[in-house]
Amino acid sequence: MTIMISYIFLQHYWWIIVSLLASLLVFLMFVQGGQSMIFSLPGNDSQKTMIVNALGRKWEFTFTTLVTFGGAFFASFPLFYATSFGGAYWVWIAILFSFIIQAIAYEFRSKPANIYGKKTFDVFLLLNGALGPFLIGTAVATFFTGSRFSLDYMNNVKWANQWHGLEALINGKNLALGLAVLFLAKANGLLYIINSIENEDLIKRSVKKLITNSISFIVFFLFFLVALLSSNGFAINDETGRVTIEKYKYLHNLIQMPLVLIIFLAGVVAFLHGIGTTIFRGSRKGIWFTGSGTILAVFALFLIAGFNGTAFYPSSYDLSSSLTIRNASSSRFTLKTMMYVSFIIPFVLAYIWYAWKAINKKKITEEEMKEGEHIY
Amino acid sequence: MIEHIDMSLVDWSRAQFALTAIYHWIFVPLTLGLSFIVAMMETIYVRTGNEEWKRMTRFWMTLFGINFAIGIATGIILEFEFGTNWSNYSWFVGDIFGAPLAIEGILAFFLESTFVAVMFFGWNKVSKKFHLASTWLVAIGANLSALWILVANAWMQNPVGMVFNPDTARNEMVNFWAVLFNQVAIDKFLHTISSGFLLASVFVMGISSWFLLKKREEWMALRSILITAIFGLLSSLMVAFTGDTSARTIAKVQPIKFAAFEAQYDGTRNAGLVAFGILKDSDKKIGEKKVKDFVFKIQIPGFLSVLTGGDKDAFVPGINDLVMGGVAEYKGLTVADKMQRGTDAKDVLNDYKRAKLVNNREQLELIKEYFQGKTFVEENLKYFGYAFLDLPEDAIPNVSVSFYSFHIMVILGFFFILVCILSLILLLRGKLLKNRWFLRILLFSIPLVYIASESGWVLAEMGRQPWIIQDLMPVNVAVSKISAGSVMTTFILFAILFTALLIAEVSIMVRQIKTGPKH
Repeated sequence: MTIMISYIFLQHYWWIIVSLLASLLVFLMFVQGGQSMIFSLPGNDSQKTMIVNALGRKWEFTFTTLVTFGGAFFASFPLFYATSFGGAYWVWIAILFSFIIQAIAYEFRSKPANIYGKKTFDVFLLLNGALGPFLIGTAVATFFTGSRFSLDYMNNVKWANQWHGLEALINGKNLALGLAVLFLAKANGLLYIINSIENEDLIKRSVKKLITNSISFIVFFLFFLVALLSSNGFAINDETGRVTIEKYKYLHNLIQMPLVLIIFLAGVVAFLHGIGTTIFRGSRKGIWFTGSGTILAVFALFLIAGFNGTAFYPSSYDLSSSLTIRNASSSRFTLKTMMYVSFIIPFVLAYIWYAWKAINKKKITEEEMKEGEHIY
Repeated sequence: MIEHIDMSLVDWSRAQFALTAIYHWIFVPLTLGLSFIVAMMETIYVRTGNEEWKRMTRFWMTLFGINFAIGIATGIILEFEFGTNWSNYSWFVGDIFGAPLAIEGILAFFLESTFVAVMFFGWNKVSKKFHLASTWLVAIGANLSALWILVANAWMQNPVGMVFNPDTARNEMVNFWAVLFNQVAIDKFLHTISSGFLLASVFVMGISSWFLLKKREEWMALRSILITAIFGLLSSLMVAFTGDTSARTIAKVQPIKFAAFEAQYDGTRNAGLVAFGILKDSDKKIGEKKVKDFVFKIQIPGFLSVLTGGDKDAFVPGINDLVMGGVAEYKGLTVADKMQRGTDAKDVLNDYKRAKLVNNREQLELIKEYFQGKTFVEENLKYFGYAFLDLPEDAIPNVSVSFYSFHIMVILGFFFILVCILSLILLLRGKLLKNRWFLRILLFSIPLVYIASESGWVLAEMGRQPWIIQDLMPVNVAVSKISAGSVMTTFILFAILFTALLIAEVSIMVRQIKTGPKH
């Protein structure tokens, strides 16, 4: 018996997978958040070494998730890949630059004869740490605020200005989400350090920093959230398929999809609990709450960007060019084939979990850093 | 259908992608091969319990780590450059190309990156067997990554398993297995990974002979050479075998590319294979295009006819026949014919678009039926991309680049077979240490193997020009419409950054080698 799986179901299924990868990516950017404090957090060199090594054992997960996020987006919604990457050229190039310099920085920084000196590679880590989350957050904000492009009848993208994406940086809402993602990454980075390093002084410093970073995150995120829920959105008309401006569209999405609202609220609660329990009760397991909270909240945000008849990559320049999960997706056959492949994801998550636990069994200590086991 | 495109935009976009690909390919083959080599060494350690083997494994693993990170860094750029610089292409093929890329991420990259962490940091944290399994999984993951990206590349050389959808004006996948088991994909995957194994073997042999020349680490160096001489010999034979099958497939699916890498301008029976030759500017022309011709060549008579047609009387068409025709013995279509057929396909597509615009349902149905009919697909749609060529001679790739890259690759390929055999013989007879000249050859083989490996990619990609997807889409249609100045700027930035990183990588690598394995 063959089961008929509808095209629209597959398009939703793949939006869920892409959203899941995006939310995992935002959580895993704790690596970047940690890197952004490489100079300001540690009290001495030995603490810095521990921080870099704690983060260095996880950077590849973030990197691989970013690559897979790109690959999955390409495969399931190729018109987005073509439109956004080819159009908002400079933003994506800036993001790419910040990631190339990360990949080598860990491996090269403390190796003899690295030519440019440890400091250079540490600056690379700092740049990636600060710019990566900020730029990704800003780019994702355009899913809600729109970009200025048009598509011709062959779907060739034409950007309406010479800035090719950099104009996103002068929009207050975009900036707010960019900064929120950055401070979120920093908070998660601190919690990861608290969880994986055994050093009293460093933990004290991290908790102190956690307070300011969480407050900054909450301020920027609230600003973005209020602006988002009170603003116009890009809705798809059911009958004509045309994209129109709808007042309070994203607020409507939350109300009309109660499950998404619950996921979002659960995320917020988990995050606040993780922060609270670390600051007030001295728990060292806060990362697991803020981590799951981050994943849930970001997942919900992506769902309100693409579900319930919403254009996920709207064009404020030419509404009819806006991308929706219907018009930007791959064919039914491709989405179905890849759906079978995606069934492997739980297995992948299982072995990642297993390997992660095996490596994190013992917390990082100063002694270990001196023993010289593949130390960054 | 397409606006006028500034050629310098295409050139800069191609240059940027080529730059990234060339840098990426400096690091990847070593990862592909060295991962298996360290896995073999570690297996011996686990089975014998001899700490010397562990020390040796860890030495090569350190070099693996330095190389691995920079390979990943350049890889992410390549993935995103499909979108940033070839956006029309991304949409046109996303349905097919995207799937292997996504599978690559889910299946292969996570395997690689998860277990590489265990491999680097797990020596004292997990059991010996778990660690060993992780090392093998890294090797498998790395090579699986190569599989999927090569499947995608093979599709660009020989598009199969899809239909053209007039509604979306692009190709859509209808047969995943045809894409995966594309003959070009099989050839390409086996040829590429075995070339990576060979490269890593030559790398290990070269560095080991440096130790022997310096009279250091003899125990480790001799055993490293033993393992890699065997691994390298098997791989080099595999490279030769798959190279031969690749060439035969190319002769069928990309005949102009095949003729270009032999610089075969005019078709002939009893065609010889050029073993060595030098090309120079000449008065020879194909259409309006001036081409370079041989000032000197050594041929193996009749071999090319035997290779492609099975016997020496087989006619092998030259570039001239394939592009301009006019030779009775060449029965196939010329580029001019294909241009006509492609233009017809484009006209029907435009009719369809017009009918859609005025919502003429009856006409839409009629055109669609005709459009998806077998005859139209086979005779017209297959040549869709030719509609975008101005002149037939535009279908000719750069002959000198194709010719030299092919011949450098093949000559060096045979050289490495010889190197592996000699290493093995000298080693087994206990004469390796005495023949210092041979140790020097091994050391100087390292740059040569990189040249051979890069030549292979240059040939694969330059030989396909002007196509980004063979016969379906030329590069000037595929390119993102941004200013040439922007792409030039990013090209320069990438060039500076990649070069700076390469310099640091080589410097660190050399220092680690000089320091030798840790006690």
